[in-house]
Amino acid sequence: MNESITVTINGTAYTHDVEPRLLLIHYLREVVGLTGPHIGCETSLCGACTVELNGKAVKSCSMFAIQANGAKILTVEGMAADGKLHKIQEAFWNEHGLQCGFCTPGMIMVTKQILERNPNPNEQEIRHGLDGNLCRCTGYQHIVNAVKAAARAAGA
Amino acid sequence: MATTTITKTEKLVGKRIRRREDPRLITGTATYVDDIKMPGMLYAAILRSPHAAAKIRSIDVSKAAALKGVTAVFTGKDTEQAGAVPCGASLPGLRVPHHHLLAIDRVYLVGHPVAVVVATDRYIARDGADLIEVDYEPETAVADPEKALEPGAHAVHPQWPDNVAFTFHQEGGDTEKAFKEADVIVKQRIVSQRLVPNPMETRGVVADWRAAERSMNLYSSTQVPHLVRSLVAQILGMDENRFRVVAPEVGGGFGAKLQIYAEEILLAYISKKLQKPVKWIESRRENFLCTIHGRGHVDYYELAAKRDGTITGIKLKIIQDLGAYFTLLTPAIPTLSVLMMPGLYRTPNISADIVGAFTNCTPTDAYRGAGRPEATHGIERMVDMVAAELKMDPAEIRLKNFVRNEEFPFPTATGLVYDSGDYSAPLKKAMEMASYDALRKEQVEARKQGKFMGIGLCAYGEICAFGPSPATPAGGWESATVKIEPSGKVTVLTGVSPHGQGEETTFAQIAGDELGVDIDDILVSHGDTSLVQYGIGTFGSRSTAVGGTALYFALQDLKAKIKKFGAMLLESEDVTFSDGKCVCNKTGKSCSVKEVAAAAYRAMKLPPNTEPGLVATHFWEPPNFTFPFGAHLVVTEVDRDTGGVSIRRYVAVDDCGNILNPLIVDGQVHGGVAQGIGQALWEQAVYDDSGQLVTGEFMDYTMPRAHMMPWIESGHTITPTPVNPLGVKGVGEAGTIGASPAVVNSVVDALSPLGVRHLDMPLTPEKLWKLIASKDQAGSNA
Amino acid sequence: MIPQRFEYSAPKTLDEALGLLAEGAKPLAGGMSLIPMMKLRLAAPEHLVDLGRIKDLSYIREQGGSIHIGATATHHDVESSALLRGKCPLLAETASHIGDVQVRNMGTIGGSVAHADPSADYPAALQALEAKLVLKGVKSERTVSAEEFFVDTFTTALEPGEIVREVIVPVDGDGTGTSYQKVLQPASGFAIVGIAARVRKSGEKITLVRIGVTGLANRAFRATAAEKSLEGKTGSAAEVQAAAAVVAQGVEANSDLHASADYRKHLAVVYAVKALNAALSRIA
Repeated sequence: MNESITVTINGTAYTHDVEPRLLLIHYLREVVGLTGPHIGCETSLCGACTVELNGKAVKSCSMFAIQANGAKILTVEGMAADGKLHKIQEAFWNEHGLQCGFCTPGMIMVTKQILERNPNPNEQEIRHGLDGNLCRCTGYQHIVNAVKAAARAAGA
Repeated sequence: MATTTITKTEKLVGKRIRRREDPRLITGTATYVDDIKMPGMLYAAILRSPHAAAKIRSIDVSKAAALKGVTAVFTGKDTEQAGAVPCGASLPGLRVPHHHLLAIDRVYLVGHPVAVVVATDRYIARDGADLIEVDYEPETAVADPEKALEPGAHAVHPQWPDNVAFTFHQEGGDTEKAFKEADVIVKQRIVSQRLVPNPMETRGVVADWRAAERSMNLYSSTQVPHLVRSLVAQILGMDENRFRVVAPEVGGGFGAKLQIYAEEILLAYISKKLQKPVKWIESRRENFLCTIHGRGHVDYYELAAKRDGTITGIKLKIIQDLGAYFTLLTPAIPTLSVLMMPGLYRTPNISADIVGAFTNCTPTDAYRGAGRPEATHGIERMVDMVAAELKMDPAEIRLKNFVRNEEFPFPTATGLVYDSGDYSAPLKKAMEMASYDALRKEQVEARKQGKFMGIGLCAYGEICAFGPSPATPAGGWESATVKIEPSGKVTVLTGVSPHGQGEETTFAQIAGDELGVDIDDILVSHGDTSLVQYGIGTFGSRSTAVGGTALYFALQDLKAKIKKFGAMLLESEDVTFSDGKCVCNKTGKSCSVKEVAAAAYRAMKLPPNTEPGLVATHFWEPPNFTFPFGAHLVVTEVDRDTGGVSIRRYVAVDDCGNILNPLIVDGQVHGGVAQGIGQALWEQAVYDDSGQLVTGEFMDYTMPRAHMMPWIESGHTITPTPVNPLGVKGVGEAGTIGASPAVVNSVVDALSPLGVRHLDMPLTPEKLWKLIASKDQAGSNA
Repeated sequence: MIPQRFEYSAPKTLDEALGLLAEGAKPLAGGMSLIPMMKLRLAAPEHLVDLGRIKDLSYIREQGGSIHIGATATHHDVESSALLRGKCPLLAETASHIGDVQVRNMGTIGGSVAHADPSADYPAALQALEAKLVLKGVKSERTVSAEEFFVDTFTTALEPGEIVREVIVPVDGDGTGTSYQKVLQPASGFAIVGIAARVRKSGEKITLVRIGVTGLANRAFRATAAEKSLEGKTGSAAEVQAAAAVVAQGVEANSDLHASADYRKHLAVVYAVKALNAALSRIA
């Protein structure tokens, strides 16, 4: 019943036997032991579980781990490099783009995708890009500021 | 906006300092409940009722119990003796239903817990729950509080056929006289609909019983860890001193986690029973059904006024939808609405009645604002209606009725004493920021073109910083310990339990300024009852005003001790402590906090009547609540074709007293406003007649998303409170309280050319379109 | 939440996949509709065939005057395709309205149309484009029109064992303008009403109008009365209004918490005006 999968997560290759029904989010959290991607809903509407899969932001609660076999996954834990925060992480920190922090890993990962596809988004484009991610604390304004600041930092 | 880099001697308080809690959150390394893992840990899944009202004929757990990987199954019969979910509120004549942990022979709401399956992993636990067979005998249910009060309605609890849990009456002044002598009386039924708090992290519990130590370790996503410890230990008959509760990283609360929930008691009970650590994580669906809801008012208002706009009396009858059971504070919440029913106005005559109604729904309880949003929504809507009746500008009537600056401390007709205020200042500032007069001119032009442009005002007041202990169910004081370690590093232990509000930063700012040490040398810890002295927790915009003040006084105690050691080290009686140094005023010689700390712990020599060490603990009892206030101004336009509301401008001016960190204050306001706009325009917990929650997932319950929110223009006025030495009032709930009436007033103003005087929330496009269409129809028929 | 157990296959070829589907397995594409339903235990397939590993099934290519889109092309592939943006912008525009960034990265055109959610976005565009769908089973391959394909709520012309292999949309030359206009259900992001308009002009005269409507009824449909009303006209405001006015005529409209039948019908008219005007303004 179980099948073997190999996934590269934040640069490290992992091989595990998994049940086909194991959701990717549970694989990342329970099997691999990550704590960045979070579970906020079960209907793919909150985005707290967002990770990057082969360069694309996806909701890891709405796919099976087995679908990710062979994939390269980046989670928020892999954003900082050489002990230095990613510019997007710095921007969320500087702009107070988080309060309880639960949605933040998803927000950071989707921001990465937004800026890769549009390095200089306007406010409307940012808000549209954040549509798949719910935040109950910030009212989004400081998150919008953080995305703008990250865009500026990347351009600098 | 940039954050500030602090140079050593600058004050920390008042600066936009980025938060000290953020590094763990932005790197995904923070530990929320679901991140906790233990060897041998089991997982619980809870089977819940699909019916709002039903008798349970039988429960068959045999298939579930036989499933490989299932360790145990518990039903109501197993846990009946374990205790009940507590309610901390008391009112005269209150009928308190026994709130079993698991249903025994009846279920009272959809989501009512019926059985717990414990298994080796969460997938098997879920499979096991599916295998339990429950034979229900469904009954008719009642989901609407007004219908529940009608004769012949289904009795939620058979022993109380009228569904009345309590009635409550309060009055001040002479309301009858005020109404007799009024020039104008305005009446309106106003609904504050049920809402679902929806913190992004659902609830979760890990219970870990250590038999050899007779100790319980309970990890819960809670706002009140000490309260959970006291009550759960008491309910289960465990030793409080061996019962440790940890609120780890908590992903939002908004009042929904200011509770003692059945699952906290159940998990502790089960862990002890099975001698294993057990985890339960709430699903979002469960969160919609089983975590408290907020609001749920039907309010009947009457306002009496004089022709010049003076408001002379308020009558209010609240029908509170309580749900099927009480949670910690359920019946107390509408009493807060009564306390705040005069708003910021001088009105000396009030009369209020509450009828608490049982329904087959989720219990209502404290959701961000808890009673004050309803009160503010009511009075601010009514004031607009009086203004319209008298053809006064809504700003003018507010300015006329505000409590005047020289009247503070101001005793209200509801028995409160407003601490301090300059109520016209934020309103005037909001009007200035928005260019109010120009907006009104623009509105005249817009109306000529057939556009529905509205300008809405709200002047809100809050009761915050809960609160003096006699006025709270479980103590209203707060505590702090400050420890200067032998190395000179500083540890702050606070009894509050922040979960996004940023006190790890603001409290470090306070301590850094008082002790003159680098902010990086200060650690603020909270949320672990085995680490922190007893405290009350985070709710009611109290953490900084009460917990920060406890910290302030602990720091004063500690500074006195530092000075004693400084005097000893400098061999002088004339010593001043400032900027982290004790200085001899005669010689100019100094010694640092670090040197004092080393001496205090080495204790080769001690100052007279002084013990070794540098630790101070302070428990602070506030003499009063604080009363923050502010004003919101909202410009809206309603689309004639679709009924859609667009918010063109949102101006929020708050006065929360002194501001410790403007970055954090703005964040609190933004988040609060989002929840208030959410109520005004989109959010609603809708039950059908059979008691099913129709909006029970994010698919149907509209949460504000980034593209739906306007840009919020923030402003501040500052009126320090005399209640505490920091002069801070609290800001956690302000945005929510100000937002819903401001938005609704704006939309009512937009549609006032159609003769609209009131609209109930949420202002969905269809509701407005129907209204516009019916008026247009009537107009064309005329 | 947690799905029930199932068997999983991830064939590399379409034939292999079709063989498994013929035996009763269910296809899994992007999973954006299916997986949430499985998590809520509203769906419990015993055997899933993941189409995601089949080579060459996510193409978007021009062929014989049409554009062919493979079943597993994602909504993001469609919205960002230079070919579609240039030669069939209506489909790219419609794709950009689906869900959110993450959903568009995973969700596929084949999965979406096969699910036939009555408030999905694609069906409006496919109706307006008179798209063709190639349905393939283990021993069969047939091509049906969008009109034939969308049968009812969550019901399509697919026979058991068949999948949507590709979607074929036309290349419109100069003189055609298109637009998709949508009223969001604010919680889910699905369409309360979505109108796809495609208008062709020759000189001042409108020679072709196609209007696809989603969200309004049990299935996406073409508003043919409205189309006929506008053909042969110039596209004046009054003509557009008159055409839009009959978009919902005779339709048995959906009704739910988010919009009653009457309101949906009204919105269909309002958004038909928007879509037609936008389409007219985009005629090159």
